Amino acid sequence: MAPVVENKWATKGSTPKALEREPLVLNQRSLGWISDRVASIVEGPTPKWWWPAFLISASVAGMMFAMIGYLISTGVGVWGLNQPAGWAWDITNFVFWIGIGHAGTLISAILFLLRQKWRTSINRAAEAMTLFAVACAGIFPLVHVGRVWLAPIFLAPVPNGNGLWPQFRSPLLWDVFAVSTYGTVSLLFWYVGLIPDLATMRDRATSKVRKFAYGFFALGWTGSNRHWSNYEKAYLLLAGLSTPLVLSVHSIVSFDFAVSQVPGWHTTIFPPYFVAGAIFSGFGMVLTLMIPIRTLFGLEDLITVRHVDLMGKVVLATGSIVAYAYGMEFFIAWYGGNPNELYAFKNRAFGPYWWAYWSMISCNVICPQLFWFKTIRTNLVAVFIISIFVNIGMWFERFVIIVTSLHRDYLPSSWGYFSPTYVDILTFVGSFGLFCTLFLLFMRFLPMIAIAEVKGVTPQADPHHPLGGAKGGHH
Amino acid sequence: MPLGFAPLFFGMSDIFPKWTNRLPVWLITGAVLVGGAAAAGVTYYFTNKYANVGYQPVQPVAFSHTIHAGQLGLDCRYCHNGVEKSWYSNVPAASTCMNCHNQVLKDDPKLTLVRNSYSNNVPIAWTQIHKTPDYVFFNHSVHVNRGVSCVHCHGRVDKMDEVRHEKPLSMSFCVDCHRNPAEKIRPPDQVYNLNWQAPPGFAQRDGAKFVHDWKVNASQNCSACHR
Repeated sequence: MAPVVENKWATKGSTPKALEREPLVLNQRSLGWISDRVASIVEGPTPKWWWPAFLISASVAGMMFAMIGYLISTGVGVWGLNQPAGWAWDITNFVFWIGIGHAGTLISAILFLLRQKWRTSINRAAEAMTLFAVACAGIFPLVHVGRVWLAPIFLAPVPNGNGLWPQFRSPLLWDVFAVSTYGTVSLLFWYVGLIPDLATMRDRATSKVRKFAYGFFALGWTGSNRHWSNYEKAYLLLAGLSTPLVLSVHSIVSFDFAVSQVPGWHTTIFPPYFVAGAIFSGFGMVLTLMIPIRTLFGLEDLITVRHVDLMGKVVLATGSIVAYAYGMEFFIAWYGGNPNELYAFKNRAFGPYWWAYWSMISCNVICPQLFWFKTIRTNLVAVFIISIFVNIGMWFERFVIIVTSLHRDYLPSSWGYFSPTYVDILTFVGSFGLFCTLFLLFMRFLPMIAIAEVKGVTPQADPHHPLGGAKGGHH
Repeated sequence: MPLGFAPLFFGMSDIFPKWTNRLPVWLITGAVLVGGAAAAGVTYYFTNKYANVGYQPVQPVAFSHTIHAGQLGLDCRYCHNGVEKSWYSNVPAASTCMNCHNQVLKDDPKLTLVRNSYSNNVPIAWTQIHKTPDYVFFNHSVHVNRGVSCVHCHGRVDKMDEVRHEKPLSMSFCVDCHRNPAEKIRPPDQVYNLNWQAPPGFAQRDGAKFVHDWKVNASQNCSACHR
C-alpha cells in the first residue's frame, strides 16, 4: 500500500511549508509497476485498432512510393514546379519534416544536460519521432533532383566519368552533411538509450524469437555497475554531441535560402528564426502524438498533465520567438530600404498568396499565445487542437517562405503562380503514411517510454527521500 | 570461439544458439564482399572505363578512311563539308563519293550501294558511332574554328580502316579541356592535319596567347552544354 508521505522539510506552526515539486510519476507508482506498464504494451495482445491503423498508414505510404516511382520514371514535370517557382512543396515538405525532428533532439540532449527530469517519460517517443521525421524529410530533396540515379555523384565525392564533384561552397551540400550527421547521431543516441530497456524486454520475453531479437540488440547488457557507468558516460557524450546539432541543422537548412539572393530569403535572421520554428513545430508534433498515446495505452501516470503543461510552455516560448521573427522581417524590409525586399514582404501578406500568409499567422502567432493561460495548457483537448494548428501553421510557414519569394522575383516578365498537381499532394499525404507506419511499428515493438530513466526520477530512486533507498519506503 | 560477440554476450548461452558464434565471420565476410563489389562497381561503371571506347560497327559500305584521308590525303572537309558552319558534322551524300567514283572503280561491286544511293536518291544507312546524349548540345563549328582539331575527339581516323569510337567522350572528357583549353588548342590551319604535333612549350607560349586573342571562352557553366 502506498505509504503516507511526510514532508521532512515542513516546519510546525504558522511558517508556510516548503513547496515540493509535483511528482513526475503520479499515484506513487512502484518501480515494478513502471516496468510492467510500459513492457506490457509491447508484450500484450495487439490492440484492436492497431491493425486497421497500420494497414491504412502502410497503404498511404505505399501510395507515396508509387507517386515517387511515377516522378522518377517520368520526370519532375509531374509536380507543379516550373519557372519561376523551381522549389515548392518538395522543399516545403523537407523543411517541415526536418523541423519536426528537432523536438526529439532538444528533449533528449539539451533537456538532459540541463537536468530537466521531466524529459524522461517523453524522450524515447520524441526521439523515435525525430528519426521517422528525418526519414520522411530525406525523401524529398533526394527525389526532387530529377535524375535520382546521379545522386551519389553530387551528394558524395565519388570518382566519376562526368568530372562532377560536390559543390562544397553550396549550402545545399552542407545540408546533406548536416541532415545525415543529425540522423546518424539521433539514431545512435536513441539506440544507446534503448539498451537497458532492450535488456529488460529480453529478460521478460517468453518466446525464443523475442529473446533472440531483444537479446541481440541489448548487446549483452547485464545491468552491472560497469555497464551502467559506461552507459552513463556514453549517454552524456552523445548528449554533448547532439546539443550543437539542435542548433546547427536547422541553421544550415535556413542557409539554403539565406545564402541565396532572392528577396524574402536573403536575411540574416533566418538561422535563429528557423531553429526556433523547428523546436516549435517539433513540440507541436510531440503533443499531437503524446496526448492520444497516453490515453490509448493507459500511461496517464507517466505522461502527466504536468508534462503537457511544460511542453505547452516551450511551444509558447518558441512560438513567441517565431512571431517576433515574422515582425522583425517586415521591420527590416522597411528599415533596410531595399525596394525589392519590401515588395517581397508586401507581396507575402497581400499578394496572391495572402491566404497562405494569414493561415500561417493565425496558426503560429495567435494560437500559441493561448498557452499563457494555465487552464488552457492543462486542458488536454485544447492542447491537442492547438498542437495540430501549430503543425499546420509551420507547414504554411515554409510554403510561404519558399513559394511567395520565388513566384515574383526581380523579373516581372517571369512572374507566375504555383499550383500543386495531384502528385505533389499525394506525395505529401503519403509521407504522413510513412511516418505513421514507422511510429505504429515503434509502439508495437519497442518500449516507448524509457523505463530505466523514468525509474530514476521517481522518489524511490532517491535515497534521501522518505520512500527511497534502502529504507524500503517505510520509516 | 572466434572473435566478436563472445565477450559481449557472455552468459547468454540460453538465448543465443551455437550458430550465432559464426555471425561475426559472416558479417565481416559479407561487409568485405559488398564493400568490394561497390568499390569495383564505382571504379568501372562510374568512370571513363565504362564508355563506348572500342565500338566499331560494321558499316554498310566498307569505306576506308585509311585510303581516303590517309594515303590519298583528302581533307576531312571534302566530305564533312558542313563542319565549319554547322553544329553538325555531316556525313556526305553519295553524290560526293560519285565525284570520283564515276571514274575511279566505277564498276567495283563494293560500291554497288553507293551507286544505288546516287541513282535512286536513297541515303545509305550508315551506323552512327559518335553520339552525344540528347541533353547535350555540342557544336562542331565553334570547336574547329577555334583550333580544336578533329583528332582530339575522334582519334586518328586517317589510320582507321573502319571507324571506331576512340575516346571516352564522357563529360569529364569535355570538361577537362574546357578547364584548360590552352593545352589542346592548335593553330587554325592545323585543325584538319591529324598528324600535327605541338612543338615543346607550345601550350604555355602560343596556346595561352591564342586563347586570349581568339577570345576562346570555354565555358564551364552547366548551360554551356545543357540547356
